[in-house]
Amino acid sequence: MFLGNLFTNRETFKTYYKLVLEECISIGLGSLFLVALVSTFMGAVTTVQTAYNMVSDFIPNYVISQVVREMIVLELAPTIIAVIYAGKVGSSMAGGLGTMRITEQIDALEVMGINSISYLVLPKITASIMMYPLLVIIAGVCGMLGGYLAGTLTGIITPTDYVYGLRSSYNEFTVIFALIKSVVFAFLVASISSYKGYYTQGGALEVGVSTTQAVTTSVIAVLIADYLLAQLLLAK
Amino acid sequence: MIKIQDITKSFGDKLVLSEVSGVFEKGKPNLIIGASGTGKSVLLKCIVGLIKPDHGQAFYDGRDFYDSDRTTKTEIRREMGMLFQGGALFDSKTVEQNVRFPLDVLTKMPRSEKADRVNFCLKRVGLENVNSKMPSEISGGMKKRVGIARAIVNNPNYLFCDEPNSGLDPQTSILIDELIQDISEDLDITTIVVTHDMNSVMGIGERIMFIYKGQNVWVGTNKDITHSGVKELDDFVFANKVMNSLRSK
Repeated sequence: MFLGNLFTNRETFKTYYKLVLEECISIGLGSLFLVALVSTFMGAVTTVQTAYNMVSDFIPNYVISQVVREMIVLELAPTIIAVIYAGKVGSSMAGGLGTMRITEQIDALEVMGINSISYLVLPKITASIMMYPLLVIIAGVCGMLGGYLAGTLTGIITPTDYVYGLRSSYNEFTVIFALIKSVVFAFLVASISSYKGYYTQGGALEVGVSTTQAVTTSVIAVLIADYLLAQLLLAK
Repeated sequence: MIKIQDITKSFGDKLVLSEVSGVFEKGKPNLIIGASGTGKSVLLKCIVGLIKPDHGQAFYDGRDFYDSDRTTKTEIRREMGMLFQGGALFDSKTVEQNVRFPLDVLTKMPRSEKADRVNFCLKRVGLENVNSKMPSEISGGMKKRVGIARAIVNNPNYLFCDEPNSGLDPQTSILIDELIQDISEDLDITTIVVTHDMNSVMGIGERIMFIYKGQNVWVGTNKDITHSGVKELDDFVFANKVMNSLRSK
């Protein structure tokens, strides 16, 4: 019912265009630093730990960057960043909508004859679906760059081996799979968080409860969806 | 004119409104009064459709509000303006953006015309040079005035005010009351004010509905409220020390 209301009794396209742009800036630019920072360190740690676990001399060094690439593209960039995204963007969405609810701002929209679900939530979901895949791409690049820096600066792997490993046995479907996951996760985080925030009842304490529930539920949904998508798209 | 018939609302086992009926005329503020927790705000929210009553009907100039289709309901809602208890201004928007909001979303008015209309409404409520301020930067009384400006910016036919004086000093309360009265008369609109403030009742209460335990117990004017003969109303009116001292005299 909540999602069905997104598309009924909508306002003009121009109204949504502005709102979606504002949300894109808030979600995309607002998350850029955190996503870049986390993914760079994830890449660096993955490189060091992969090297630590490679005990056989028969395994060439470039395998390290192959492993880093697969881990980052398949799991770390889309899924772990989604967990962070739920914490940052999801909590902000739930908190914002919850505050609007308890301060009667949502009622004010309804009295004006505006479909508040469509006006407030549709731009958030649209912007999330548009921006999160871009954040995942940036996270992938930063992760591999972080791995490169950690590997080469500490002498674990040479630059040539690292780049060779990134390019060898490359399967482009992994990137498509990551982007499919990112769209699903973006939708889940934005819709669940908006739902929790929109239906907040009570006062400031309940806004906090809704925000926590939004993050918890979003993370659980992301993890379940992650498994289901892997089973559906990767299982042989 | 707004007419309500047999509005009943329960929350769980608790009956909050019981078959409340009444008529709210144009051109003067119609006051709904009563002690805290008697169902005044719930009644107002039922009238504007924010809460769905269990049964009953509301007619806006003859148009059935509850049983109409979504389009008619939206049309009626777009003729409403509402001042909420806390102002309900959008935190992320400036005063000007708040007042302009209904015009931005609901009309295709040119930008210059919108600016003129916003400035006119802000001037009408006695606010000037606050256009660029954020709601957090203005006082409670100013927030109420901005709320009124936003409520009237789209030329509503129906104005609803939920506790317009709550949290305000007596002087500002009188200003807000007078403003609501002037606007109702000048624009010739149907105004419903929910209040428990006796100053408002005596000041602008030319049409009063008294709600007690979810029921419409008495209807009258501020002239005959002190000698209604209704015990519950007397208890409410003379709980105020000033009113009580007047009664003794």
